[in-house]
Amino acid sequence: MNAHSSVANETFDCRVAFSEKLIALAEADPRIVAVCNDSVGSSNLNAFRDRFPDRLINVGIAEQNMVGVAAGLANGGFIPFVCAAGPFLSGRATEQVKADVAYSNYGIVLCAMSPGMAYGELGPTHHSIEDISWMRAIDNLDVLVPADPEQTKAAMDWAVASGRPIYMRVGRHKVPSVTPADRDVAFTFGKIDVTGDGNDVALVATGTLVSRALEAADILKAEGISARVLNVSTIKPLDAETILKAARETKGLVVAEEGVLEGGLGAAVATTLAENHPAKARFLGVTGFAPTGSNDFLLEHFGLTAKGIADAARKLVG
Amino acid sequence: MTISVWPDNKPLDVAAIRDLPEGERAEQLKLVAKQVRRLVVQMIDIARAGHIGGDLSVTDALVTAAFGVLNISPETADDPGRDRLILSKGHCAAALYSVLALRGFFPVDDLETFMKPLSKLNGHPNRLKVKGVEANTGPLGHGLPIGVGSAIASKLSGKNWQTFVFTGDGELQEGSNWEAAMTAAHRKLDNLVVIVDRNRLQQGARTEETASLDPLADKWASFGWEVAEIDGNDTAALLKAFTQNRNGKPLAVIANTLKGKGVSFIEDRVEWHHKVPSKEQVELALKELA
Ligand SMILES: Cc1ncc(C[n+]2csc(CCOP(=O)(O)OP(=O)(O)O)c2C)c(N)n1
Ligand SMILES: [Mg+2]
Repeated sequence: MNAHSSVANETFDCRVAFSEKLIALAEADPRIVAVCNDSVGSSNLNAFRDRFPDRLINVGIAEQNMVGVAAGLANGGFIPFVCAAGPFLSGRATEQVKADVAYSNYGIVLCAMSPGMAYGELGPTHHSIEDISWMRAIDNLDVLVPADPEQTKAAMDWAVASGRPIYMRVGRHKVPSVTPADRDVAFTFGKIDVTGDGNDVALVATGTLVSRALEAADILKAEGISARVLNVSTIKPLDAETILKAARETKGLVVAEEGVLEGGLGAAVATTLAENHPAKARFLGVTGFAPTGSNDFLLEHFGLTAKGIADAARKLVG
Repeated sequence: MTISVWPDNKPLDVAAIRDLPEGERAEQLKLVAKQVRRLVVQMIDIARAGHIGGDLSVTDALVTAAFGVLNISPETADDPGRDRLILSKGHCAAALYSVLALRGFFPVDDLETFMKPLSKLNGHPNRLKVKGVEANTGPLGHGLPIGVGSAIASKLSGKNWQTFVFTGDGELQEGSNWEAAMTAAHRKLDNLVVIVDRNRLQQGARTEETASLDPLADKWASFGWEVAEIDGNDTAALLKAFTQNRNGKPLAVIANTLKGKGVSFIEDRVEWHHKVPSKEQVELALKELA
């Protein structure tokens, strides 16, 4: 795929790739275990449980306990993949993530299932839109947001190999593949993947917003505006070099994410720009507790669409 | 599609139930509970989403508290001394909304908007959108601490209202409940009642196959609570428990229920935590609830 082709039609729930990959990793490495909170079904762990009944630790509805148990497992030589709905993993167990995982420097992969507003009409209690800000604030915790199934799997490979404390979103909202066919690996830790070399505007997006940014680039191209798309799948540490290159080579950046603006990707980009190369930028995100509605309805509601991104880009170059 | 209520077209005077003698009250509460179950099935049918199992198991306890015991009405909704009903298992919002609609907090027809774009009837209850909702629940394990605070406020303010908190049983795996349980017993909050919807199922499995809770009554007793263990789908037993002597302690009612109670093919089956019935199954369910 290049910047000027339309985004593929087929879409995927990243949890499917996640669970297949987890089984493959566990086949190869007996240290890998899954820890969850009555979330076997919602984390797509049924097949894992059937294959490795002893290596699935379901603690029940108890997220603080769940993350603490994972730390104990890591202390005992295991590599826990903690699988729970994003809002409860990041919100309920924040202090365990800080003290027991990051501060203690354990190789634990915290897998935030169904992040963003994937739980649409279940409402703000079930939306995981603050997670990136909360997790970014914790030292020694890498924050990953793979944008498609290929990236999800490649990020899991990296997670196991690195032995790092990691928070990773695993998307439920169906997304097309956004990984260009010519890439050797779908995910490189700490590197932004750039599609296109447009120098009017840079569209910086993460997760569900990446395919929408690619569509926005198509819309803009038809109007004679050239865009490049930056897929940020490592939110922390941020690839400042690629951000600054885009800032130098374009008239401005649009940053789009399925999360709050305070402390999210946009805030990370803004800090990098302000300190090194002040540039014009626009920030799109979730601006307030959502009203009732499906994930798609809410993305539309908050302007997190190809059109919303293109509109913001036009204002920058116009 | 429209919601149908009181199919015989003879609405009950729900406001009067609380003043009936106990036996008669229990009978009328059964009729209301059947209406609530019918509404829940219709709401979930229209929304094509919801948590049918837990809605149907908690219905009798909710109805008995709201219509048979507590001072809860649209007229007193802003009264600082009103009783407080907190649905901690917020995923069962459909049951709560049905109760509030039947009690006159908003038109029954509004139930058709459950989970629709921009509806006030979100998948989990929001006190800022719906009168009668006391707590914005959804994440499990929040209702009891809020209930403890409410019960302390009741005593501090001298207004002496009752606070009833409805929790799931799987929900009790959250440690926050036991922190709150200690505070409540320590402070002798005899104006606080927790109703545990003991349907023995959680989202993905049986509670006893996940993180066992038994012996559950002993747990509450050892935390310093008065305990009543009853048939939680029996309005007479619920009425009795809700009005029993509390011996100066907070009261835990272990309400043994069937998840999916009232619809044979939904009862006691784990897959019906949030499965949505097909059109044919909705017909069947409404027939069973006729
Ligand atoms: C903190 C938190 N973790 C997980 C969930 C997801 N969840 C929703 S309902 C449910 C099962 C609840 O079981 P139980 O308390 O027994 O309720 P009931 O059987 O009455 O439906 C789970 C795990 C949640 N809502 N909140
Ligand atoms: Mg239960």
